Amino acid sequence: MAEKWTGANLGFNISIATALLLLPSLAWAHVEQGQAAGFFTGMEHPWSGLDHILAMIAVGLWGAQLGSPALWVLPIAFPMMMTVGAMMGLMGIPVPGVEVGIALSAVLLGLMVLCEARPKLPISVMLVGFFAIFHGHAHGTELPPGQSGLLYSMGFVIGTGLLHGVGILIGLLHRFSFGRIVLRGAGAFILGMGCFFFWQAVT
Amino acid sequence: MKRGCIQRTGALVLGVLGVIFLLPAAAFAHLVTTGMGPVYDGIGHLLLTPEDLVPVIALSLYCGMRGARAGRYAMFMLPLAWLLGGLVGLNLDLDVTIPVPALSFLLLGGLIAADAKLPDQLIGPMTVMIGLLHGVFNGLVLKSGPGGPALLGIMGALFVLVALMSAFVVSLERPWTRIVVRVMGSWVAASGMLMIGWYFRGQLS
Repeated sequence: MAEKWTGANLGFNISIATALLLLPSLAWAHVEQGQAAGFFTGMEHPWSGLDHILAMIAVGLWGAQLGSPALWVLPIAFPMMMTVGAMMGLMGIPVPGVEVGIALSAVLLGLMVLCEARPKLPISVMLVGFFAIFHGHAHGTELPPGQSGLLYSMGFVIGTGLLHGVGILIGLLHRFSFGRIVLRGAGAFILGMGCFFFWQAVT
Repeated sequence: MKRGCIQRTGALVLGVLGVIFLLPAAAFAHLVTTGMGPVYDGIGHLLLTPEDLVPVIALSLYCGMRGARAGRYAMFMLPLAWLLGGLVGLNLDLDVTIPVPALSFLLLGGLIAADAKLPDQLIGPMTVMIGLLHGVFNGLVLKSGPGGPALLGIMGALFVLVALMSAFVVSLERPWTRIVVRVMGSWVAASGMLMIGWYFRGQLS
């Protein structure tokens, strides 16, 4: 139901807008650099590689095919396990075959979407979580120096979540019969690209 | 207050906090000087320090998920515990390197993501503990700047933030909206895990 735009609402919004308008005039004792840059660098990092993008979108697509609760459990499991991998990277704990693992994630997740595979939830979570470690390790060791670690981390996690969101949004096509075919086609594409990444990683 | 109004106000506050959070001039290693006095410096410090702001939002979201009673409890207990911790911090001379914000991120984000149903008897002490710990660290930082009056500003900002955020979550009825809150919690926990990685890298290198 549409709500009336009352004077109280208007006053409240104007006061918020005024407060925001005044913010740039705040006098900082020190000006630091790299803070906001850290957030945006982190946010764009997961979008910087096609292998990462496809795998993360595949997680969203697969979740949409599986439906609730996988729809939201998989996109929660992926960033959590990805940060475990990133933490390992930051702590200097090596993970063998990171690039191969990332390529294989695209292959297997693409295959799952193509076949519309429906394993039990714990198995799908373990599969997604296992490959998330490789993605996280690659990102964790690529964190740029001189930027805010916290803001980079938050941007990095949110950027990943948004990629899953893109996958889920595309996955909404699953409710239509032609959409299911489109999703399977997307799975085939991701599988094909994954094979290409795998070939690049091993040669 | 009508439910729609709470939701609109909560969404607006989240949006405004997001904008403030992204301000490029945000300073974390140094105290914020607003030029409007120590109370406003305290408010500015809280709003521009994600290490403090995110755990406060996360605690509010979690308490909101647990119901109005938990939200009301946090609304009063968190500012008081923060003030107490801040007063202790103002009188301490410590150089502690424990990653308290990272642990808060991990704990609160994990609780939200798991939708853990902690009993009220545990939510209360947890709120007090988080308030005390963050307050002590705030006190240590504020000692070299605006001092005690800034804690009053922080207290006020905490009260308003917790009230709005937890009321916002309490008002959410549709199942998917609670899932969105849980996803946000998982992001907070994941960020906390990365912060711990940063902490170890700083310690090891």
